[in-house]
Amino acid sequence: MTEIILELKKLRKNFGGVVAVDHMDLTVESGSITSMIGPNGAGKTTIFNLITGFLKPSAGNILYRNTDISGMKPHVIARKAIARTFQNVQVFPQMTVLENVMVGRHIRSKSGFIISVLVPPFCRREDKKNRTDAEKWLDYVGLGHESDKTAGSLSLGNQRKLEIARALAMEPKIILLDEPASGLNARETVVMGRLIEKIRKMDITVVLVEHDMELVMDISDQIGVINFGRCIATGNPAEIQSNPEVIAAYLGE
Amino acid sequence: MESGGFTDFLQFIFMGLQRGCIYALVAMGFNIIYSATGVINFAQGEFVVLGGLMMVTLTTGFGLSIVFAFLISTLFVTIIGILMERCTINPVKKPTVLRLIIITIAVSILLKGVAMIIWGKGSHYMRHFSGSDPFVIAGATILPQTLWIIGILGVIVVAFVVFFNLTMTGKSMRACAINRDAACLAGINDRNMVMLSFALSAGIGAVAGIIVTPIIQMDYARGALLGLKGFGVAVVGGLGNSLGAVIAGILVGVLEALSGGYISSHYMDAIALLILLLVLFVRPSGLFGSSEASRLKEF
Repeated sequence: MTEIILELKKLRKNFGGVVAVDHMDLTVESGSITSMIGPNGAGKTTIFNLITGFLKPSAGNILYRNTDISGMKPHVIARKAIARTFQNVQVFPQMTVLENVMVGRHIRSKSGFIISVLVPPFCRREDKKNRTDAEKWLDYVGLGHESDKTAGSLSLGNQRKLEIARALAMEPKIILLDEPASGLNARETVVMGRLIEKIRKMDITVVLVEHDMELVMDISDQIGVINFGRCIATGNPAEIQSNPEVIAAYLGE
Repeated sequence: MESGGFTDFLQFIFMGLQRGCIYALVAMGFNIIYSATGVINFAQGEFVVLGGLMMVTLTTGFGLSIVFAFLISTLFVTIIGILMERCTINPVKKPTVLRLIIITIAVSILLKGVAMIIWGKGSHYMRHFSGSDPFVIAGATILPQTLWIIGILGVIVVAFVVFFNLTMTGKSMRACAINRDAACLAGINDRNMVMLSFALSAGIGAVAGIIVTPIIQMDYARGALLGLKGFGVAVVGGLGNSLGAVIAGILVGVLEALSGGYISSHYMDAIALLILLLVLFVRPSGLFGSSEASRLKEF
């Protein structure tokens, strides 16, 4: 039996009277690609915000490798090797592409402020290592030739790749991708799909929120369908495509 | 001393450089905290005063060497900066920029009061770092202390550039200033970065106070005007832009000295504020600031 890396148990989040996520149960197997689909406003991004600590759950638990991480601070959760990208890309526009990825190395670098001031040679050696690591990840996502540009000058598609490179530089065990294909053209979407499969091959678990059904059906092992904050169905792509409840939610029957 | 047109001019320039470097250091202190939090720290002037007064006590009172006293004074004020952040900024439940600014005003009043109790109301004298016999250049005189001030500003600017561009911690601080959410997601503890910004800012303020004390004689109430000038310089240079602060600091210092010399020394302080007003009218984001950087930051 494969190991469960992430488990949502009866997760609930309400903003005042508005219930965004309710009784949400989902298990994610280690090394899989799990997609969450559902209409806009179904609560998918809220679930990501709960997992990464930007929101605190109103009730329920989030188990990551059998420890409860619900309610922890974002930077603490990030240090547990959970990485994430955003629906509207969040890069550091004024910094160079390379520096953006180096920031992702933050949790993997040992030298804090004191060491970087007092022990320059050690710090420089580590800086060099961070730099080559960052270059490696840029090559991996196909941005190696853009490293000296400022991140703000990249196209949207490349900013998404940059965000993924920064996330990968953290050497995550699990990566949450929030609509990585939105705003990309057909060709860029295919490239993105290949990149996601490449990430899974490195034994990094992928959780995906995506509207592009072709991409989702193509690469997912498991799909969870979210509607009105609840998970109404889970299964492999074939099961989901023939599930009457899912068809009803999507076609409004 | 003979006095000619050019000699006078050069003399004013020297004087302006000396004042300008101090303004630049104070402004850099404002910028570090502003970049990290979007807050103007009104206790910045108090950091300068504490640095100066501590230096006086250690050198004159305890007879420590200049170098040793310099390090201890800077460390002392840096710790004050860290304490200020941990005790008054960090515990705030719902931090808004306005609330935090009001807190910094309170801290400045507190620090000023404590400084008055410890060091009294009088001015404190301190000997110059390396003698007070001026060098004569083309008839104009320049104090060795002025050269120290210019040199130390230079060292700090270089250290600054290296820290923020070549170290991981520096990069993380920049990342946090640009996009706090994305920085947290990369595992950066944003609250620690805020604390570090207060530490650095207090340290730079202390250095400014230490190097200026032999020239201006420090007293507990100096902070307000030094802080105001530094703030003006930070705005003129573009808030958050430290290179802009250095250029603006020297510009304001020199213009002040020239107007003091050629118009009237009574209006010297007014000139700095007049420049501030003009810049705010013509270029609200500062001479070197981008309009993007001048947008209001969320804490």
